[in-house]
Amino acid sequence: MDVLLQQLINGLILGSLYALVALGYTMVYGILELINFAHGEIVMVGAMVSVSVLAALTAAGVPVALALPLALAAAVVVCVVTGVLVERVAYRPLRNAPRLAPLITAIGVSIVLQNLAMIFWGRQYLSFPPVIEVQVYDVLGATVSNVQILIFVVAALTMGGLLLLVNRTRLGRAMRATAQNREVAGLMGVDVNRVIAATFIVGSALAAVAGLLIASYYGIAHYNMGFILGLKAFSAAVLGGIGNIPGALLGGLLLGVIESLGAGYIGDLTGGFLGSHYQDIFAFLILILVLTFRPSGLLGERVADRA
Amino acid sequence: MSLLEVQGLAVHYGGIRAVKGIDLQVEEGEVVCLIGANGAGKTTTLRALAGLLPAASGSIRYAGSEVTDLPVHARARIGISLVPEGRGVFPRLTVAENLDMGAYSRRDRAEISADLEHVYGLFPRLYERRSQTGGTLSGGEQQMLSLGRALMSRPRLLLLDEPSMGLAPLAVQKIFETIRLIAAAGMTLLLVEQNARLALESSRRGYVLEGGCIVHQDDAAALLASPRVRAAYLGA
Repeated sequence: MDVLLQQLINGLILGSLYALVALGYTMVYGILELINFAHGEIVMVGAMVSVSVLAALTAAGVPVALALPLALAAAVVVCVVTGVLVERVAYRPLRNAPRLAPLITAIGVSIVLQNLAMIFWGRQYLSFPPVIEVQVYDVLGATVSNVQILIFVVAALTMGGLLLLVNRTRLGRAMRATAQNREVAGLMGVDVNRVIAATFIVGSALAAVAGLLIASYYGIAHYNMGFILGLKAFSAAVLGGIGNIPGALLGGLLLGVIESLGAGYIGDLTGGFLGSHYQDIFAFLILILVLTFRPSGLLGERVADRA
Repeated sequence: MSLLEVQGLAVHYGGIRAVKGIDLQVEEGEVVCLIGANGAGKTTTLRALAGLLPAASGSIRYAGSEVTDLPVHARARIGISLVPEGRGVFPRLTVAENLDMGAYSRRDRAEISADLEHVYGLFPRLYERRSQTGGTLSGGEQQMLSLGRALMSRPRLLLLDEPSMGLAPLAVQKIFETIRLIAAAGMTLLLVEQNARLALESSRRGYVLEGGCIVHQDDAAALLASPRVRAAYLGA
């Protein structure tokens, strides 16, 4: 088996998931300069809702081809409602407050959502119903499964759709204008509050897709899963340059690959001292390195004066 | 009835009363300027008219209706357009996208492209640079872009805040040539300018603002001739 190729494939698939989540962080940061720490929790909500709905539907005998899209739709609806509520209730009243206030609020929202999920779904792990029969293909000595391919394709299509939205539509132009100069966007007739709400809607919908894909990737969902995931995706967004959409894509994919390669080789590199379960350190190692040596990230250009 | 009627407008800015109850009118098709020293409240007045700052008291009537409490985007949609101080070009949108943003509230595609040609006709430089991002333009070009972008909204009342600020003399000349062209075509303009002579020479009437109050108002020609104004603002 080709370890390098295998880890690259795993890394790209994992990275596409990080990228999806990182986009949510970066879009909100781009427009509000707020690090929405609750975003990881929105992904968790997406995972929990999609797993619950999928389990219920398949138990009721609904065919998979129908149950999967329905589970996704349910996750999107719940995540969007949650995201918009969070913006409206927690962030909008603090729009003109010192920057620390919304940041702390975001952490608070994150804790609230985690606890609500724990009350609602309990502490146990929900397992993703085995709705797709896994088939494994051999690719030049490495293996890839149909589920992995599906995850990657859905993530890529979703991100492609987002790029079209941001770069080709009227709403997208309003979002970019608002991110660059909120006041002048208003002078152009842009209802800035609606654009900000739309940003949360889009980011939360992406989180819902990510939640379903991540639950199917790991096979489980848990009320606590959003925390580390959110921090990693945030690291990916910082790596690419926070506020920068192509940066979030690049940062996510890179982080996935680095993590996979790191997990694959960390045992050899440390003479067996550290095992692959240390893979989580790579995201934070990268975060520290980027913040130290290139705070604006790989593709960022304007963070320095705002940090 | 005047296009713009302001009564007793007071505006607080940064904890101070920057504008202390001013009255002013602008008739349809008229060019009016607001002159005064730094900190007299000129910019604050324009920002309050555009909806960027709330009125602490007083009323703003535009085209016969009360707009004092309308949010900024709603005022933009009914034809009040502010070209802000410092120009406010979107730095990472292209020149063409910036101009497109000016037409954000409009749906009449054919008319928009006609207006785009008109703006490119006024400022051929913008056409040459249409694919460059706004942030790469020179100060003069950014002022052209900001003005052209405002025209793309087909404003009925154009508010210009310090269009000459920070520009080279040649660029100032070009901008004011265009402002006079726009005015000659019938646009209603309220102009705030540090350069009082330039402002008065381009206007029909003027208001003199001092410490947040209007202390003087007259025809532009009379203000230009007034010994008091000459001594205080025209360096003569």
